[in-house]
Amino acid sequence: MRKYLIAALFLLSVSAIIYSCQSAEKIEQDIYYTNGRDLYIKHCQNCHGSKGEGLGALTPPLTDTLYLKKHKQHLACIIKNGLTGPIVVGGKNFDDKMPAFNNLADIDIAQLIVYITNSSGNHQGMYKTEQVTKDLSNCNQ
Amino acid sequence: MKFIKNLFPAFFCAVLLLLFSCNNNKKLPIYGERGTETVKNPDGSTRIDSVYQTIPAFKFLNQDSTYITNDTFKDKIYIADFFFTSCSSICPVMHRNLKTIFDQYKDNKDVMFLSHTIDFKYDKPSVLKKYAQKLGVYGDQWQFVYGTKEEVYSIAEKNYLVAVMEDKNDKDGYVHQGWLVLIDKDKRIRGAYDGTKPEAVAQLAKDIPVLLAEYKK
Repeated sequence: MRKYLIAALFLLSVSAIIYSCQSAEKIEQDIYYTNGRDLYIKHCQNCHGSKGEGLGALTPPLTDTLYLKKHKQHLACIIKNGLTGPIVVGGKNFDDKMPAFNNLADIDIAQLIVYITNSSGNHQGMYKTEQVTKDLSNCNQ
Repeated sequence: MKFIKNLFPAFFCAVLLLLFSCNNNKKLPIYGERGTETVKNPDGSTRIDSVYQTIPAFKFLNQDSTYITNDTFKDKIYIADFFFTSCSSICPVMHRNLKTIFDQYKDNKDVMFLSHTIDFKYDKPSVLKKYAQKLGVYGDQWQFVYGTKEEVYSIAEKNYLVAVMEDKNDKDGYVHQGWLVLIDKDKRIRGAYDGTKPEAVAQLAKDIPVLLAEYKK
């Protein structure tokens, strides 16, 4: 009886270790997400809205999951350098200027992207700071 | 004991009456500087009356390139603010919030909206028109107006009590306060609400009917 009990306890602790290992990445993503939300409120919410709903035909919403998926590797450049020219988001035309946020560090941009691509109906998972550096080097392509 | 029993409904009625009278008497404060003037009574005697700060006569070009004046707002209460179309800080959220009020009072003949641009270089009427349409505002109930720097900046600071200025250090080139200023039919300031705060804008939504009720006879 005692053997069984020890074995069960052992199995339980092993599975707990494995489980906590798996969630380490999830924890990092959650940290990025929460920090990203603070940055979003500070830099983005005025125009894009508290629920990413956008503003009329002035500011596009962030709820177009297909647009965000398709342009995922451009998001860092858009945030850092701003955006001008016509775009179509959620089936609507937009042609105004988004200002550049070139004072943001790569890690800020990564956190923002994690927040944006995992809120307002998006579930795209983690996006690492190294990826921002990589994406930013390809801005003009 | 019976006496107390009778007293209770009477007390209840009294409280109810008190509540009602309070509601009827609720008035918004009058802001701005005050002066006094001597008024003649019909019987020849004189009395002292207070004079409230009012919005002076103005004339601006609106989004349809026609002039609007203070007469456009005659017998209306209106909400005035200062913004510019290329603003990326507080203006979008101010107008997002003001738009919810606009949608509530659409087609109410007693309520109007007046947004002044402080970007006298770029925000010409055609730019304002595009902005209004993109915000989803049509018709003439919400006026977006353009004026010279002197006209707009002076009426903002002296009359609406909203600070506005050019700022070369700011990313967008201008800084201003986000007050939504409530003006009554007698051109007096009856409230100022931070247009960036949803709870302040909710208060504005509550105060508009109170102000309108003052003019109901």
